[in-house]
Amino acid sequence: MATFITLLFGLLVWRVLSLQVLDSDRGYAFLQDQGEARYVRSAEIPAYRGIISDRRGEPLAVSTPVISLWANPRQLAGSGRVTELESALGLKSGALEERLENYAAREFMYLERHMTPPAARAVLRRKIPGVGGHREYQRYYPAGEVVAHVVGMTDVDDRGIEGMELAFEDWLKGAAGRKQVIKDLHGEVVRDIGELRAAQPGRDLQLSVDLRLQYLAHRELQRAIATSGARAGTVVTLDSRSGEVLALVNYPTYNPNGRGSLKAGSTRNRALTDVFEPGSTMKPLTLVAALESGLYAPDTIIDTSPGRVQVGSKVLLDPVNYGELSVARVVAKSSQVGIVKMALNLDEQAVWQTFTRFGLGENPGTGFPGESAGVLPYRDRWRDIERVTLAYGYGLAVTPLQLARAYSVIANDGKLVTPSLLRLDGAGAVDARQVVEPRIARQVLDVLHGVTSEDGTARSAQVEGYGVAGKTGTAHKVGRDGYADDRYLAFFAGIAPVRNPRLVTVVLIDEPKGDRYYGGEVAAPVFSRITEGALRMLNVIPDQVTGDVASQGRRAGGEA
Amino acid sequence: MAEYVRQMPSASSDLARRPAISERFHIDFPLLFLLMGLTIFGLVVLYSASGQRLGAVVRQAQYFVIAYVVMLAAAQVSVQRYRRWAPFIYLGGLALLVGVLLFGVGAKGAQRWLSIGGFRFQPSELMKLAMPLMLAWYLASRILPPRLINILVALVLVGVPAALIVRQPDLGTALLVSVSGLIVLFMAGIRWRFIFGAGVLAVISAWPAWVYLLHDYQRQRILTLLSPERDKLGTGWNIIQSKTAIGSGGWSGKGWLNGTQSQLDFLPESHTDFIIAVLAEEFGLRGVILLLAIYLLIFARGFWIGMHAQDSFSRLVAAALTLTFFIYVFVNMGMVSGLLPVVGVPLPLVSAGGTSIVTLMAGFGILMAISTERRLVVQ
Repeated sequence: MATFITLLFGLLVWRVLSLQVLDSDRGYAFLQDQGEARYVRSAEIPAYRGIISDRRGEPLAVSTPVISLWANPRQLAGSGRVTELESALGLKSGALEERLENYAAREFMYLERHMTPPAARAVLRRKIPGVGGHREYQRYYPAGEVVAHVVGMTDVDDRGIEGMELAFEDWLKGAAGRKQVIKDLHGEVVRDIGELRAAQPGRDLQLSVDLRLQYLAHRELQRAIATSGARAGTVVTLDSRSGEVLALVNYPTYNPNGRGSLKAGSTRNRALTDVFEPGSTMKPLTLVAALESGLYAPDTIIDTSPGRVQVGSKVLLDPVNYGELSVARVVAKSSQVGIVKMALNLDEQAVWQTFTRFGLGENPGTGFPGESAGVLPYRDRWRDIERVTLAYGYGLAVTPLQLARAYSVIANDGKLVTPSLLRLDGAGAVDARQVVEPRIARQVLDVLHGVTSEDGTARSAQVEGYGVAGKTGTAHKVGRDGYADDRYLAFFAGIAPVRNPRLVTVVLIDEPKGDRYYGGEVAAPVFSRITEGALRMLNVIPDQVTGDVASQGRRAGGEA
Repeated sequence: MAEYVRQMPSASSDLARRPAISERFHIDFPLLFLLMGLTIFGLVVLYSASGQRLGAVVRQAQYFVIAYVVMLAAAQVSVQRYRRWAPFIYLGGLALLVGVLLFGVGAKGAQRWLSIGGFRFQPSELMKLAMPLMLAWYLASRILPPRLINILVALVLVGVPAALIVRQPDLGTALLVSVSGLIVLFMAGIRWRFIFGAGVLAVISAWPAWVYLLHDYQRQRILTLLSPERDKLGTGWNIIQSKTAIGSGGWSGKGWLNGTQSQLDFLPESHTDFIIAVLAEEFGLRGVILLLAIYLLIFARGFWIGMHAQDSFSRLVAAALTLTFFIYVFVNMGMVSGLLPVVGVPLPLVSAGGTSIVTLMAGFGILMAISTERRLVVQ
């Protein structure tokens, strides 16, 4: 009997020994590893996403810590405290039941994303089985809809899905770190042991836009849209020397802080993605081609009478018979006949080549998602009607940004800059190439200055104290049956101040309603107000220092 | 003449001597001290195993107070009375078992309790004591070693309650109750050829039993024992976690309250059936050896009491109670360390749970009654 018991007892002791201290195949070393493998887990440390700011450091997108509540549906359903949780989350009773049923076969579901830490902790403190929380970051956009199209936004998982948030995703997001934690069976973190890899915060991004200009452009565009009853609109302001985009607004816009209420189309950055036929705003470029040919100078006289010209089977009209006009006046009056006569005298490819040098039909190179290159068709042989159509701005398509870029060549002594949505520091960063002789660029600038004179088409573009240059455009929109008679695009492309150009601004108003639909009537005043405010904010010295205006300029400069 | 009687030479020293305290109060001190040591050690481990809930320890301590009172009370009853009462206790136990099948309450598909006025009572526990008493009563009055007919009667006495308990169903308890009876038969000097015969019979009947008698979950448990890895998250979970806990304790353990398997809830049933895994993880091999040493001393004392008992009934009962206790320890530790299937036997006097503690301590009370019975023969 005693031997029997001793045997059994010996068996137990041997068993415990072999598990605990003997170095057998699946002995203690193996089991200790197993034990560790169970509770030592590595967990992700979310990385702080970089801040996006404007050129002066104003924050445009910042991340704030939030807590997302999740549940293990099976555990939660079994806890019998669903009603308590519902009231803690402020839900109607029974609201969770259905979701729990849908997720019954899963082990994870979100209860609520992105709660403020105090609110989330109040729920977590109840220690309802199967309910947990984890730290996340939520993006907040202080300027809301004003810069929404440039900054873009992130999705609920903090990944960029629009705008610069998307374009610079890798730059902004940083790298999540890993830490070792002790977790119990329910996945609850009991204790942090240590960091395996520190979270690498995302890098900050400084944009080229100036939030003050952005607000100004936003306000003026909204006002113009409201008074004209237009469908949509865009304003782009470039620093003509560096190519930096100082302001970029579109209507309709959206509030990136409230993802729930997004309307289709409102998130599109029309300034970069949407193309239109630039119409008369191409006439200065045609003028460049004419001046380069050597056949024309600004004061060359062209006879536009009788106010009509036949090209092939088409007859092109001026509103009235302008008679004899200098080349400069042809552009100022926007005479179809004058432009057509010039274009027909030029080399077959000259206009197309000039447009190409101005960056049309080419991607502007901001790297912005969905950026369009526009359309500038190339032909081996040009029929006369095709040449003249191109010369007055039809048969091609450009984006507002491309138009602004093209005008910066005129503003910039013939240098083509690469537009940038990021702030560039110093002239070294400027990427510009000479595409037009400085002399010709200056001549064209002078001609465009005349457009805004008292007898030009864009008087309303004038800015008090500063000379400005620019060109209006009014294009028929293309409908189902060709060009529509009653739907227009009104636009204006301008340069200021004309003596030492700093800014290029393009204003586009899409489908203004009523009688006032000309670019000079709808778009030019917007240009005027934005440019006036912008020049003061940028402390640009007024051109015409006459007593009254000079004191205004100083006062505005002091405020900025 | 009084003087004469008082001075009777041979009887004077025995009959007239003042009985020792242990005899007067029917307390076996070595056994009592061992049990108290085990109790304290058990409560320390339980505090850790229950997730550091003081409430669980206080409740267990309350059970122990009841259990010690029951033990001391059981010790006051004379062995002769136990002998006379044995058949009635047994029959009463049978009646209660039938009652469980008819009116019992329970949980998780098993029906094991009788509920009387809110108080829950598990008759199969009573049977753990009634069975050895009954078998000892029956066999002690027969010729020893028992003849075949007596063995068959004894087997019937074992079989009827076992069958009733299996119906609850509670295979683990049924086996333990049967074992507590069979041990009496074994200690009564059953011939080896009967044991071999039974062994052969068991092997032959194993297959039909597997197919027809066992429930699915019971089959699962045995399969799991053979290879726990086949269902890691289901039936194999317990055994894998407990082996991991034991193994990761090593020689000196992780320290009290520092066991990861148990404190982080990986080990299931850590405060009941699998409590030794907590002990092994936190106190290491040293702790396990200390526990085994206490158990071993308790067995030794139990056998000593049996050897020095004055009649065959007492001897059989003492041996049966001690061996039953040993088997509980063996089955529990075997189960936790993966030697035996998981049958749900608590670690005696350490696992949380009142019923088992009270029953075991009542058994020790009977042992004490045997130990402190008045000596009829001077030794």
